[in-house]
Amino acid sequence: MTRYTWRTGILEAGMILLAVIFVFPVVILTNIALRAPSDRTSPLLPPLQPTLENFARAWQEASLGGAILNSAVVTIVSVVLLVGLAAAAAYPLARVTRRWSKITYGLFMAGLLLPFQLAMIPLYSLIRDLGLIGTLWGLVIFYVGVQMPFSIFLYVQFLRAMPIDYEEAALIDGCGPLRAYFSVVFPLLRPVTGTVVILNAITVWNDFLTPLLYLSGSGNVTIPVALYGFVGDYVQQWNLVFAGLLISAAPVLIVYFLMQKSIIKGFAGGLKG
Amino acid sequence: MSVQLQEAPPSTTRRPIRPPSRAHRRGATWFMVVPALVFYAVAVLIPSAQGAVLGFTDWNGLLPEYDFVGFDNFVEIFTTPASLSALWHTFFLAVAITVIQNGIGLLLALGVNSHIKSRNFLRVLLFAPAVVMPVVVAYLWQYLLAPTGAINSLFAAIGLPGLAQSWLGDPTLALWSIVVTVVWQFAGYSMVIFLANLQSIPEDVIEASALDGANAWQRFWYVVRPLLAPSITINLMLSIIGGLKMFDQVWVLTQGGPGGATETISTLLYRNAFQFGEFGYGIALGLVLTVFVAIVAGIQYRVIGRRGQA
Repeated sequence: MTRYTWRTGILEAGMILLAVIFVFPVVILTNIALRAPSDRTSPLLPPLQPTLENFARAWQEASLGGAILNSAVVTIVSVVLLVGLAAAAAYPLARVTRRWSKITYGLFMAGLLLPFQLAMIPLYSLIRDLGLIGTLWGLVIFYVGVQMPFSIFLYVQFLRAMPIDYEEAALIDGCGPLRAYFSVVFPLLRPVTGTVVILNAITVWNDFLTPLLYLSGSGNVTIPVALYGFVGDYVQQWNLVFAGLLISAAPVLIVYFLMQKSIIKGFAGGLKG
Repeated sequence: MSVQLQEAPPSTTRRPIRPPSRAHRRGATWFMVVPALVFYAVAVLIPSAQGAVLGFTDWNGLLPEYDFVGFDNFVEIFTTPASLSALWHTFFLAVAITVIQNGIGLLLALGVNSHIKSRNFLRVLLFAPAVVMPVVVAYLWQYLLAPTGAINSLFAAIGLPGLAQSWLGDPTLALWSIVVTVVWQFAGYSMVIFLANLQSIPEDVIEASALDGANAWQRFWYVVRPLLAPSITINLMLSIIGGLKMFDQVWVLTQGGPGGATETISTLLYRNAFQFGEFGYGIALGLVLTVFVAIVAGIQYRVIGRRGQA
């Protein structure tokens, strides 16, 4: 069953044809972004005179530089907090069999089912009353809280499958609980920490609705909101808009193609139910 | 059930995992949970609990005072044509996306799980859109589907200008256009989850059935399909709940238009609360959505329960 037969050849050809159709939108996107605005030929034809001018203009007029920086700050701070707090919380939740531990874990898991739409409005008014609208901190609080159940879930699942011999040896040798956690347990969590980082970073980086609520009009926005405002200002100027879209998608896509193996693994393996 | 790919470090001894010993109970302590719980309580638990109460009020979001109005908000949701059609669109999008995305995702996974030479390349390529911002993908498709956009140009170029449509301007087509956009982005996501599951099926099981004379379809239906139960469950759950909650793509593509033809619970909630200041009504919509999600999760739970270990 492992030979490359003529059937495999037909399948290969079919799959590649499918991939070409699948990529068609991206080809159009790049094609339009590389054209001068005066080029009014069919979008299916290559540009008359390829230019990078749209990219420079989009970068400037949508303030994409500042937006990318804001997105990076929110993503990095949120992910670091999530990893630190979720792993620490998961350790007792996975190891202690007392009642408080089970109840707390159940409380976190309930969060996997609550759609953010329910908490959205009361949380908005809380963030507003705290004076955090228009700041990146309101967003960080939101992401750390909302992504916590899923991150804890991943850590607890992993910890439950992990033998306790190592940490127990450390405890018997006189290690305090915190030291055992930091020097023995946390380093052993590295594979699942990778998954937690990847899934949360992509979720936070790509989110649109929350920054739209918390940041719009503040001049201090993340990429999706910057794009949203930019497209609003330059309706139908697709050359410019598409250059902006490509710039915005580039950071994630570059990281994706560099680390595709672990990213795909993170998505496929992290979502065990 | 598990499509888990990550392995915990191997045990030094061959003993099965045993309950924590006494030394251990001293080890892990409650205070390590507190910081996580604080963030979770502030961002999720407390506002959700507030939401469960405020959905029964006429709160305008600004003044601290409000009146309880009983079930008025819910009566309004379930009797007004605009919100009834938003409920229907939400349901329609979730189901259509789930069926089509997973159907395509499964076919792609079966194709990529073969011996074709381009399998790794195709896997990376087909999954790529799933990591991109939904906002970017939605703008791309807004152009492709525009009256003078790429799809209509393509039809003109191949001599079929009659197929050109106002994809986002026609009330029926607009909903399907959203489905196409979302499926294009996330079919690779479903594929990756099916693929992880397919790769965990030992090849000799399939070979054995082939030797017993099962044809390709029988091998898939009687051997592979039952073993795919874990990934089917996860994929259905992810796409139904994702579809019910979806906001970004609808808001960018159509803003609920034309004439409310693609309004969903999420867009209606956003519009009513943040543009019209009807916070109580918006929260009530959030509660309705929560109940929908809970029903889906409940069905899922029962299905798994019946199968024993799915």
